[in-house]
Amino acid sequence: MVENKPGVLFRITNLFRARNFNIESITVGTTEKPDLSRMTITTRIDEAILDQLVKQLRKLIDIVEVEVLDINNTVYRELALIKIRAKDFTNRNEIINFANVFRANILDIGKESVTVEVIGTPDKIDQIKNQIKQYDILEMPRTGVSALSRGE
Amino acid sequence: MNIPTMSEMSGAKALMTSLEKEGVDIVFGLPGGANLPIYDALVDANFRHVLVRHEQSAAHMADGYARIKRKAGVCLATSGPGATNLVTGIATAYADSSPLVAITGQVPLNMIGKDAFQETDIIGVANPCTKYAFQPRFATEIPEVVKKSFYIAESGRPGPVLIDIPKDVQQDVTDIQFPDLIKVRGYKPVVDPDLSNVGKAVELLVSAQRPIIMAGGGVILSGAFSELQAIAELIMAPVVTTFKGKGAFPENHPLAMGPIGMHGHAEANRIILEADCILAVGARFSDRSVGRFDEFGKGMNIIHLDIDPAEIGKNKSVDIAIVGDVKSALRTMVKMLSKMSIKTSSENPWLKRRKELIDYFSQNMKDYPREMTARKALKKLRELLPAESIVTTEVGQCQMWTSLHFDVISPGTFFSSTGLGTMGFGFPASIGAKAARPDVHVVDVAGDGSFNMTENSLAVSVLENLPVIVFLLNNDMLGMVAQWQRTFYDRRYMGVHQKSCPDYVKIAEAYGANGLSVQSMDELEKAIKSALRTEVATVIDIKIDPEEDVYPFVAPGTGLKDMITGA
Repeated sequence: MVENKPGVLFRITNLFRARNFNIESITVGTTEKPDLSRMTITTRIDEAILDQLVKQLRKLIDIVEVEVLDINNTVYRELALIKIRAKDFTNRNEIINFANVFRANILDIGKESVTVEVIGTPDKIDQIKNQIKQYDILEMPRTGVSALSRGE
Repeated sequence: MNIPTMSEMSGAKALMTSLEKEGVDIVFGLPGGANLPIYDALVDANFRHVLVRHEQSAAHMADGYARIKRKAGVCLATSGPGATNLVTGIATAYADSSPLVAITGQVPLNMIGKDAFQETDIIGVANPCTKYAFQPRFATEIPEVVKKSFYIAESGRPGPVLIDIPKDVQQDVTDIQFPDLIKVRGYKPVVDPDLSNVGKAVELLVSAQRPIIMAGGGVILSGAFSELQAIAELIMAPVVTTFKGKGAFPENHPLAMGPIGMHGHAEANRIILEADCILAVGARFSDRSVGRFDEFGKGMNIIHLDIDPAEIGKNKSVDIAIVGDVKSALRTMVKMLSKMSIKTSSENPWLKRRKELIDYFSQNMKDYPREMTARKALKKLRELLPAESIVTTEVGQCQMWTSLHFDVISPGTFFSSTGLGTMGFGFPASIGAKAARPDVHVVDVAGDGSFNMTENSLAVSVLENLPVIVFLLNNDMLGMVAQWQRTFYDRRYMGVHQKSCPDYVKIAEAYGANGLSVQSMDELEKAIKSALRTEVATVIDIKIDPEEDVYPFVAPGTGLKDMITGA
């Protein structure tokens, strides 16, 4: 949880850069409290470095609270938009069928492309990306992970 | 209930009132376009302004003042180049955990982001070397921002805070409230140590056969001098310091061993390898102090006491960690230890070993056979300088020689740019120290290379009646670089010769200070005595041989056991 004010994201990402920590994904958004934002950062590091990272983050004055989420006790989702080239009717139908199998939503159908929305864990999205590679992926933005610890 | 006081005034005037409320008695700065309203308000402020000749020196002066006064020093600069000139000084204070409040002017709000004249994003520039940086956008925010800045700078692990005030915010006239209480939600410095860990640490210390105390800068920052001495005497542990901790413990004390590290005392570097339990107090296991992280402390119990939780396990994993204020943790340890019966005997083999190592290395260190050497000069300075005098240094050989050959007797009277290693720090910082303690002598042990960087502060020393002694060990070289080129680069010298330029006696005289050139020990004694008598800054230009190296030497990337004594 961080102060919802300008410059906070800069301070946090600058800390990652200056101390040589790697960021895999980062999401920021407002929360139920108007003066607080929630930032979800995913990173792959070992325990000792994680410990140091958390301590350094806690020192940042704009950070109100740091919580390490254990992947086994967390619900987490990512959203991906995939724009795929679809030249003709058959091609388009194939993609639409494919999307249905993976419970992806069709957001837009154009003359030469179909855009689908996928929500899931990063692994699921990776898996779909691999499956869909046979088609021509034009663009594929991902949001990064948003997460909450499971209820008691 | 606190009823807030209100009155109509400008942002700049609110800044002055806020600084007065913090008890500020001196600020160091230089005016420019974007902080003119602040300078206008300074005319009526009830504290002193010291005009510097370069903003870097303003930051160093405020830093030197802070280290001696143990409260935040304040420096002022204008926007753009004024602000960026402060940055070296801010980074120096950050590396050495020194409380500093730097106040910069900024272009007006509506010009920010337009690449205006003398605009720089100083908040962005200063981010990695400040605890926090504020940019108030309304004059009404200034009192709260100032109060928060002093709180953040001085509490927990101290450090610099920047306040960047757009010019129109300085000029705005409005009703201003001065809060009595402030809260910084995301800032929770730990103060009270965890008592159960203190208990465990005490048990470990008492059961150790060969305990040693490694005192760092945290002892000086928290003023835990008597507590440190008490604990050392209770468990009869030799005390080594880090370089930043030099002077945390009287160096003429029977348990003192001096600083460890790259150019630490040989006996200190040796004894710490033989200990079975280390109590590290307010120290951060820096590479310069401990050599290789993986080798240091192997097979020993390490107890780490520090106010900054992020220092625990950063460079060295430890057995017992105590997070909290060093002074209060040590006081608790002393209380616990006093209740225990600890057997001490005069036949303590560990203390015998201490004596043995000191005697051995006093016979087996490389001596440089000249009439005048840095070592002899510093010993002479110690002999003639009153114990309570304050000593600081520049950076390089002069700094390391001071670490080795100048014993600090009165705790807390020594400081240096130990973390960032900023050449040009010592002289302006000594002027700041003099402002904090005008009643004692202040000496800057300098090298010619470093002194050259900020020597224009002589104007400040002379005009502001803040006389200090510049003890200039002049080898006409960037000596430490030359030593490395001699040692590691086959004497292929590059970029180290100063070629006797400038003449430091003439430089001193040009500023209205005293300049004394010294060639022999006799002349040196006379010069020191004369400097101690005069009321004006004195530069003692001491000609030493450029081939005199600093020994011992722990080469970078090696461990303390690999120390080279040169003998």
